[in-house]
Amino acid sequence: MYTSLLERHRRGRKLIEITENLCKGCEICIEFCPLKVFEKSDKLNRKGYYLPVVTDEDLCVGCRLCELLCPEFAIIITNE
Amino acid sequence: MSEPRHRLMDFVREEIMPHRFCSGCGCGTVLNAFTNAVEGLGLDSAEMVCVSGIGCSSWIPSPYFRADTLHTTHGRPIAFATGVKILRPDLTVVVIAGDGDVAGIGGNHLIHAARRNIDLSVFMVNNMIYGMTGGQVAPTTPAGVVTTTTPHSNVEPPFRVADLVVAAGASYVARWTTYHVFPLLESMQNAIKRKGFSFIEIMSQCPENYGRRIGLRTGIDFLKQFKEQALRVEKANGMSEEELKDRIVIGKLCDKERPEYVSELHRITREQVDKLKKEMGGAA
Repeated sequence: MYTSLLERHRRGRKLIEITENLCKGCEICIEFCPLKVFEKSDKLNRKGYYLPVVTDEDLCVGCRLCELLCPEFAIIITNE
Repeated sequence: MSEPRHRLMDFVREEIMPHRFCSGCGCGTVLNAFTNAVEGLGLDSAEMVCVSGIGCSSWIPSPYFRADTLHTTHGRPIAFATGVKILRPDLTVVVIAGDGDVAGIGGNHLIHAARRNIDLSVFMVNNMIYGMTGGQVAPTTPAGVVTTTTPHSNVEPPFRVADLVVAAGASYVARWTTYHVFPLLESMQNAIKRKGFSFIEIMSQCPENYGRRIGLRTGIDFLKQFKEQALRVEKANGMSEEELKDRIVIGKLCDKERPEYVSELHRITREQVDKLKKEMGGAA
């Protein structure tokens, strides 16, 4: 079940999608991403929460920790 | 532009998302881990019954998880689940409820279900407080915490529920936190697969009604504290009570084989029916 980070990285480009209107701005993804891929933005969603943005998609190794930690199902990681 | 769709939206009731949990609440993470576990096991949700009680965490299966659910009275999810399991042993019965339900008002149901070793998976979301009703002291609240009903700090030591269930005789017992999501997910799969009573205590965060009283205002603060407090059970063995104070022992606490209640019950019933039929046949 657990493949090495390096192997995951070799699998190719990751796609990070954030479902804006599901996010509640808890910032858990920003804090706990091991590679600090996310950053707080000035952009508000429909409910008035500040959304995270992806700073550099190439940093992502696709460990899916953010996807699993997110309480809102708002982050989708796709390994292409 | 249409919004992207999460693959796990097939497992939750998408029409009522986003859910009503507070920002940073651990219940969402537990729902996420649970749906991942169900997806990973390839379970058909039509073959599942989820039972919950009253409280924030009881909203995880009902209404958010897309399966047949029983949203029962306060403290009685295990009692209802026992009934479901006895009548329909072919279904996978999962109880997701809070510490108030499972350890507080329904504590007796818990220990007796563990003693019988009935084939249920009980996931107890322990946020250490009665969060939904405004932060009253729970049996799992640590000593020294100021709550609504203990305004001059709580004097009672907390229940260590997972240890209690081990002692009562459950088949599979584990304790994880919402920070340790990958092992939690794997543990949930093992618990569902396990024949017999399986119990996972999930230490979770309540930033609104518990966190603000102990100075942990956000979900992030809680997760950081869980990370610091967590101690693997292999390392905790042999440590003194004093050293284990303020630590959360995580890991698999017990995994053993014992006769399961429902199959034993049905075996005895069948034997009695066969015996009676034989006697009746002999008389006629």
